[in-house]
Amino acid sequence: MFMKSSDVAENLYKTHSMPYENISEEIVLNCQAERIFYGDFLAVRDSSVPILKNQITGFIGPSGCGKSTVLKSINRMNDLVHGFRFEGKILFHNIDIYNKKVDPVNVRRSIGMVFQQPNPFSMSIYENVAFGLRLNRYKGNMDEKVEQALRGAALWDEVKNKLKNNGTSLSGGQQQRLCIARAIATEPRVLLMDEPCSALDPIATRQIEELMVKLKERFTLVIVTHNMQQAQRVADQTAFFSVDISQGGRTGYLVEMGPTRELFENPKEQLTEEYLSGEFS
Amino acid sequence: MNFKNSGNGEPLQPDMLERRHFEVRTLKSIVLSSITIFAAVCACLPLFSVLIMLIYRGGKRLNLEVFYSLPPTAFETGGGFGNAILGTLFMIGLAALISVPFGIMAAIYLAEQGHCSRIAQTARFCAKTMTGLPSILAGVFAYAAVVLIMGHYSAWAGGIALSILMLPMILLTAEEAIKMVPSPMREAAYGMGCTPSQAMVKVTLPVAMPGIITGVVLAVARAAGETAPLLFTALFSDYWLHPNGPTASLAVLIYNYSGMPFENQIELAWAASLVLVIMVFILNIISRAIGQRKK
Amino acid sequence: MAMEQQSIWDATDTLSRPVSKRDIFFDKVFRWVTHAFTLGTIFVLFYIVFKIGGKALPVISEFGLEFITSTTWDVNAGKFGILPEIWGTLYSSILALILGGSFGIAIAIFLTQDFLHYRIQIVLKNIIELLAAIPSVVYGLWGIFVLIPLIRPLADYLHNHFGWIPFFSTSLSGPGMFPAALVLSIMILPTVAAISQDALLAVPLKTKEAAYGMGTTRWEAILRVMLPTASGGIFGSLVLGFGRALGETMALAMLVGNSNDISLSVFSPADTLATLLALNFPEAGEYEASVLMYAACVLLLITLLVNIAGATIITRCDCRSMK
Repeated sequence: MFMKSSDVAENLYKTHSMPYENISEEIVLNCQAERIFYGDFLAVRDSSVPILKNQITGFIGPSGCGKSTVLKSINRMNDLVHGFRFEGKILFHNIDIYNKKVDPVNVRRSIGMVFQQPNPFSMSIYENVAFGLRLNRYKGNMDEKVEQALRGAALWDEVKNKLKNNGTSLSGGQQQRLCIARAIATEPRVLLMDEPCSALDPIATRQIEELMVKLKERFTLVIVTHNMQQAQRVADQTAFFSVDISQGGRTGYLVEMGPTRELFENPKEQLTEEYLSGEFS
Repeated sequence: MNFKNSGNGEPLQPDMLERRHFEVRTLKSIVLSSITIFAAVCACLPLFSVLIMLIYRGGKRLNLEVFYSLPPTAFETGGGFGNAILGTLFMIGLAALISVPFGIMAAIYLAEQGHCSRIAQTARFCAKTMTGLPSILAGVFAYAAVVLIMGHYSAWAGGIALSILMLPMILLTAEEAIKMVPSPMREAAYGMGCTPSQAMVKVTLPVAMPGIITGVVLAVARAAGETAPLLFTALFSDYWLHPNGPTASLAVLIYNYSGMPFENQIELAWAASLVLVIMVFILNIISRAIGQRKK
Repeated sequence: MAMEQQSIWDATDTLSRPVSKRDIFFDKVFRWVTHAFTLGTIFVLFYIVFKIGGKALPVISEFGLEFITSTTWDVNAGKFGILPEIWGTLYSSILALILGGSFGIAIAIFLTQDFLHYRIQIVLKNIIELLAAIPSVVYGLWGIFVLIPLIRPLADYLHNHFGWIPFFSTSLSGPGMFPAALVLSIMILPTVAAISQDALLAVPLKTKEAAYGMGTTRWEAILRVMLPTASGGIFGSLVLGFGRALGETMALAMLVGNSNDISLSVFSPADTLATLLALNFPEAGEYEASVLMYAACVLLLITLLVNIAGATIITRCDCRSMK
């Protein structure tokens, strides 16, 4: 019913029609989740997702399918959840980030994250963006970096005259872009976004989507979305997750993954087709 | 977009993600964690020290005799503090009798009126201010309002002083408890055609009761240990309870005897402390048990 | 059967009745009573201020501000001044605030930032809460017989080696400011810890997530995000702890030494407003009692100001974090 990791990789390689070596460089991050537990609860199984450099990878699927769980495993945010256990590997530039020697704090500094709810810190806009820079003991021109990040998040023009204002005083869409600015200020290698638009109105959503497309020139993005159209609009690669309730639990797994157009226009799995058509009809 | 040095392009060094043990960041974490652990341990020490001393020194002297005998005179051996236990119970009972109906009734008004009424807001503010009132000032007030008028120290004055301390605690916790009752429940009562007071008495109060009792028990526990308000309202007495005259209490007995140069009295002070702390702890446990059951 | 039921329904075609006169009367009385008791609460506070202030009024007009600025207390000569007591009150409370406040905040951090398994966390939380349940007179007794003998060697060492520092310029002769402030800090610690915990727990999970998502270590998250976000509530907890320390009586009356002096040394005996009242009231004549009422007024004023400030800060922070 689901593709093995090797199948996914094969599929990818075929569509790109490139020799193996070149492709392997393109893969920034290879998530090979065998099983993910919360306590005794098996949340995700057998999901292998390669993330390609400077592309947007979208995770779609019904709620409870574990797409957010996989995403949060990539920068080890799930370590904060009591009882979380990850079996498998996530190779980030060929280093397994679940290796015992790896410090999750360092992982999170290289793999940034934007959350579902806008969550600016209760400090000035400037300090919000400078937060990561200060954290990494950045010694250069702070003002320049902050401006760069805010421009990068398409927020500069709106806030340049009120950088001293509290970050929480902004509107929802602005807050989310502030969070993006905060995340990209430290120039992480990969940016994870967990349903970044779900709390926003359509106009703000559109702004964030445009921003994502711009950001992929510089960053590698992974987004979780519950919105099919959004995935079609922004994602280069799409991974479809589903829920397996056959064993009595609710275990998410990867059904198939491929370039977005291919997946939407002619899905290989029947399950995918059903889901996509059900959503659109 | 013009990010200068591309973090994306550089190959990731294998050790960049690794845990480094002698980094400033790691060392700082270790130092700070040690400090907090040290603080937590230090904060627990006084409690254990107090409890051990109470059990060791108070337990040594604790026997049945102390519960039914009167305090000894200077060089006497033996004796007890039966009158002080009785006095404490009497004054707490009196204080509860005054402050419980007072506090609950006012809490009902506050919870019903919410933030709308100026009177409710003023009363809430007054209650909050009164929780911060130093307990000795409750004593000063009872001295001025009762002792000076009656012309002598009495258990009544002590009870009134304690009720001043209990009132705001009971009022504020009862208000919280009433507000916690889900509004659909109250609406259901109104929907059945209850008058506001019927809805309150028949539906809301029974649901809020565990929370209210928790507050009352905690207030009683606090009042039981209060000494300052009794020092010059109930004073102390070596004889059995006599509500119109000076009245003994455990707390004042501990204070008076702690400064005496006689071994017997000091031992009695420890034994009385043990009894008092056991009383207070039992009350605390009761209130917790009620509070837990509520959930 | 069926016939009987039929007859019952016939007898009363509807069971609902308008509210009876008794119910209306009860409702009116009930509301009136709750209203009266609410007004009573307000009245009690004003009556307290009125009673204490009223008794003190003649003395206030007699001594004026000199009462606050002079240092002698001599009943026979009719000279009264409470500057040493004000000094002692503030000094002991500030010392207690520094000690109890820092420990209280450290414990609040320890209990809220996932340092411990939650079972141990609950046990520790209960221990700290029990600290607050122990009556202050028991702390006083413990201070006299356990704490003072325990800290005497330390105090002697500090005095002998660092006597040139004004804080250690006298030796500890038994009761004094240092043991009093220590016990006071133990007593305000639960207040500070409890309110700071609430403030730290009120920081939304998403903010915490954001901090960790940026790649902070636990301590970086605490110092750079959690504490600044909770700073209002923590500050409020310190103010309320300070208010509690100002009015604390028994432990101080037993430990502070009751001497009418102003000294920077933490080992010398001192006096506070509350202990002045506690010690002198029982034997006071009518005139001295009114003088003491004046001192009570000063204490009332100081504590009211501090407590209202603390309550306002906490309320304002609650409103802000709700947004």
